[in-house]
Amino acid sequence: MGKVLVFTEHTNGNLKRSSMELLQAAAKSGNTVVAVAFGSHAGDVTAAAGHNGANEIYVVKDASLDSYNPEAFTANIASVVEKVQPTILLASASATGRDLFPRVAARLNTGVASDCTELNISGDTVTATKPMYSGKCFAKVNFENSPVKIVLMRANQLPVAAADTSKSATVVEHAAAKPDLKTLIKEIVKGASEKLDLTEANVIVSGGRGLKEAANFKMLSDLADVLGATVGASRAVVDAGWVGHGMQVGQTGKTVAPTLYIAVGISGAIQHLAGMSGSKVIVAINNDPNAPIFQKATYGIVGDAFEIVPKLTEEFKKALHH
Amino acid sequence: MKIFVCIKQVPDTETKIKISPDQTGIDSAGIKWVLNPYDEYAVEEAVKLRDANPGSQVWVLSAGPKTRVVESLRTALAMGADEAIVINAENLDNFATAKALAEVIKAEGGAKVIFSGKLAIDDNASSVSQMLAEFLNVPHSTVVSKFTFAGENVVVERDVEGGAKEVVQMMTPAVVGANKGLNMPRYASLPGIMKAKKKVIKEVEFASLNIPATDVKVKYSGMTLPAEKPPVKMISGDAAAQASELVKLLRDEAKVL
Ligand SMILES: Cc1cc2nc3c(=O)[nH]c(=O)nc-3n(C[C@H](O)[C@H](O)[C@H](O)COP(=O)(O)OP(=O)(O)OC[C@H]3O[C@@H](n4cnc5c(N)ncnc54)[C@H](O)[C@@H]3O)c2cc1C
Ligand SMILES: Cc1cc2nc3c(=O)[nH]c(=O)nc-3n(C[C@H](O)[C@H](O)[C@H](O)COP(=O)(O)OP(=O)(O)OC[C@H]3O[C@@H](n4cnc5c(N)ncnc54)[C@H](O)[C@@H]3O)c2cc1C
Repeated sequence: MGKVLVFTEHTNGNLKRSSMELLQAAAKSGNTVVAVAFGSHAGDVTAAAGHNGANEIYVVKDASLDSYNPEAFTANIASVVEKVQPTILLASASATGRDLFPRVAARLNTGVASDCTELNISGDTVTATKPMYSGKCFAKVNFENSPVKIVLMRANQLPVAAADTSKSATVVEHAAAKPDLKTLIKEIVKGASEKLDLTEANVIVSGGRGLKEAANFKMLSDLADVLGATVGASRAVVDAGWVGHGMQVGQTGKTVAPTLYIAVGISGAIQHLAGMSGSKVIVAINNDPNAPIFQKATYGIVGDAFEIVPKLTEEFKKALHH
Repeated sequence: MKIFVCIKQVPDTETKIKISPDQTGIDSAGIKWVLNPYDEYAVEEAVKLRDANPGSQVWVLSAGPKTRVVESLRTALAMGADEAIVINAENLDNFATAKALAEVIKAEGGAKVIFSGKLAIDDNASSVSQMLAEFLNVPHSTVVSKFTFAGENVVVERDVEGGAKEVVQMMTPAVVGANKGLNMPRYASLPGIMKAKKKVIKEVEFASLNIPATDVKVKYSGMTLPAEKPPVKMISGDAAAQASELVKLLRDEAKVL
């Protein structure tokens, strides 16, 4: 068996769920699991990494890695790979993962499979499945000529079992590489939302033009608050300026894969379906029984959003707080 | 200065996908091919940059089967690009595609700014821009919704998670992957279309680039259509009954609560 390197992502030392998915999948494969964490808070990730299956964790505790810089991160991943010599590298298809690992692959003269939804590891062979043509078909990605097979997984695709607190990982402090940078991150403007990003959210409540005006999104955020959900939107309402583009789900917005997607007042145009049809359970609420969204939905409610949504918020409150 | 734009031709979103008998690709009969939507933003930004900097030129570049890919190159020319190159190739992966694009850009004397789309809507990989930047040994930024040029460097705004934005400065040359919001792509004008028709599109054979066969790193196989979804379960009754029934189903049947 070989080594699987897992790039972990964390918020101030709190390991993200998407990284737990990867660590647990790697542990199940029978390979040695080596985690890697970057930044000032990297040391805080070691316990959680161990509980989720890491045998070892490389900690690159350096403030230069607190925020993402493609050149700095590429150099540091390459340096850890050189030391660890993994045959497989797993990372999340997050904003960082998607931007970083193709560059890493080019540097390491190896292959990368992006945006995958299924993962099969057997020894050092990896096959990943990825949706193509907006989820209209799926392809198996097979690696060739790839010393390190890099797979980027969408969040919420792999199961997460309870952490095993009896397990721990050996900590290896790794010195940061400091390449000459041609990229400078000048400023990070925080988003309006404290919620999980749409691409990572497990539950999404999304609104469309059926909500009539921007102010009515309040009704959706009330529902989302009860569910611990992130609010999304169709392009029609983004273009109308009701909500920011960061909230758009679809072909020219975000591709999401939650367990539960609730579409309120969204017709279900093909470009919207392109972004959300990978959701496990889809609920559609629309006053038009012929809306195309019903063809993709698991559960459908024909009715007025302004009546249904407040009732739903109440019902969820009851169901979730008992 | 020279500005390059990498463009990919992709099936229109509305196209119905049929899988080829060997399951390694799609049946291309009857497909309507279009310029990748994000690449329209890339072309538009390049043309604007050219117009603001007299003496500059926009080159569009695409790898793919030349018989069809030239159509997208002509679309870009009609939008205002000056020159076009097609790399005649089939069945490349992202790695070999990026290598080929890099080789051709180098052979043409390099570029000050290279635009691409943030991703191609067919493979949905968002990998070619970053690989291209690495092969050219220049910085990159993707998911860019604002671009300003200052000669020795460029400043971009990129969209990241949770609605956050990063302001990034890169030394030129640099690769910029365009997101929606960067601009409003123009429609090709009739004179633009007429002029584009007359342009000679330079052809480069992939085989002439001396890229080793080992530079193909991933292959697709076993393509399948998604499993049939069970039909939707419609919930009846008044609003209150519908709401409580839905919550029950989500908890007891779908088990997602
Ligand atoms: C190149 C391209 C890319 C695109 N990318 C995207 C994308 O990324 N994401 C995206 O979403 N779209 C995208 N679109 C746009 C897409 O085609 C649709 O126009 C858009 O999704 C429609 O948004 P909507 O469903 O909110 O609005 P509408 O189509 O106007 O639908 C509103 C729905 O609300 C229902 N409704 C009205 N009142 C009520 C009520 N009181 N209660 C309940 N229901 C009600 C109506 O019956 C209707 O079904 C793209 C289009 C193009 C051409
Ligand atoms: C018949 C067929 C078989 C294929 N088989 C495989 C396979 O086995 N394995 C595999 O990995 N891929 C295969 N491909 C897909 C493909 O050739 C590459 O994966 C693809 O070129 C990389 O694009 P992407 O979708 O990953 O681009 P992304 O990285 O998502 O695109 C980002 C940006 O890069 C630029 N760009 C991307 N591609 C090109 C291009 N060709 N020319 C110019 N600019 C470009 C564009 O600006 C684009 O917006 C096949 C394609 C075809 C047509």
